Amino acid sequence: MASVTPLHRTPTPEPPALHVRAMDNLAFIRDTMEAAGSFTAVSGWGMVAVGIIAWAAAVLAAVQPTPLQALYVWIAAAVIAPAVSLWATVRKARNAHVPILSGPGRKFLLSFSPPLVVGALLTLVLYRGGLVEMIPGMWLLLYGTGVLAGGAFSVRIVPVMGLCFMLAGTIALFSPPSWNGWIMAAAFGGLHIGFGIPIARRHGG
Amino acid sequence: MAKHGAARDDEGSGVSGLRTVRGKSDLKGATSGRPHALDRLIHERLRLGIVSALAVNDSLSFSDLKKLMKTTDGNLSVHARKLEEADYIACTKSFEGRMPKTEYKLTALGRRALERYLDHMEALIRATRER
Repeated sequence: MASVTPLHRTPTPEPPALHVRAMDNLAFIRDTMEAAGSFTAVSGWGMVAVGIIAWAAAVLAAVQPTPLQALYVWIAAAVIAPAVSLWATVRKARNAHVPILSGPGRKFLLSFSPPLVVGALLTLVLYRGGLVEMIPGMWLLLYGTGVLAGGAFSVRIVPVMGLCFMLAGTIALFSPPSWNGWIMAAAFGGLHIGFGIPIARRHGG
Repeated sequence: MAKHGAARDDEGSGVSGLRTVRGKSDLKGATSGRPHALDRLIHERLRLGIVSALAVNDSLSFSDLKKLMKTTDGNLSVHARKLEEADYIACTKSFEGRMPKTEYKLTALGRRALERYLDHMEALIRATRER
């Protein structure tokens, strides 16, 4: 028997409003970019700027009369450099229409920051214990650990950079204290610039 | 991400509402000053996904895109071909050992199209908020 179509059909729901569809499309683009996994909010040009700051710090630290004063120069650089890097990162994410604290960006930050907090605490401990010469090696090791851990959610080149920092930290810990300035300049300056340029060229700035 | 069905040209589906807003003064292009037309070529979900994924990668292989878009070989190749024909993406075929490999890259034209599309979506949201 043929089916009977009712005369009064139930009304179909209203189609979603234009702005709702637009927001849905933007969310889809963002999710796809995140899932594609190769986007890194880490700014390559920001890293180059950090490298230049590190070189400037290395030059200033080298002319300081005591290792403690050289350490102060590096601490000042450690305050300025992240601010520059953060600004470049926010700018890059905005240009790519990617929210910085969503998906991989948030994971990167959560993995990257704990070793830095530990580094700040250990700096105090080693300073109070009179082990200032150990601080550069510890900084490099923990910075590398943070980059390696955070880089797991980023492009492949980022964790490789983390490993290089860890290697530099290991060398600094087991080499004469007089080498520390050179190792810091090579790592914080050279590695940031060396890795920053390809990241900027290949991964959107 | 939703699974995509059979390969079909559904450029016209679901965009009629968007088409009605063309020409409104608050949907003007950021640089040209003229209203943006909705790019229906990348408005389709799978094609929008391909362009978005390529926008954040140097290049992606056919199998990478297939996994990412959770779609079938046939569906992906049909939609990728459309983007290729519009010069939004470039395709290179090579061999990795004995295995054929197809790589896709976003062209400058494709990147501009995605930027225009993003501007269009943002303008739609802005227009609603300003009302």
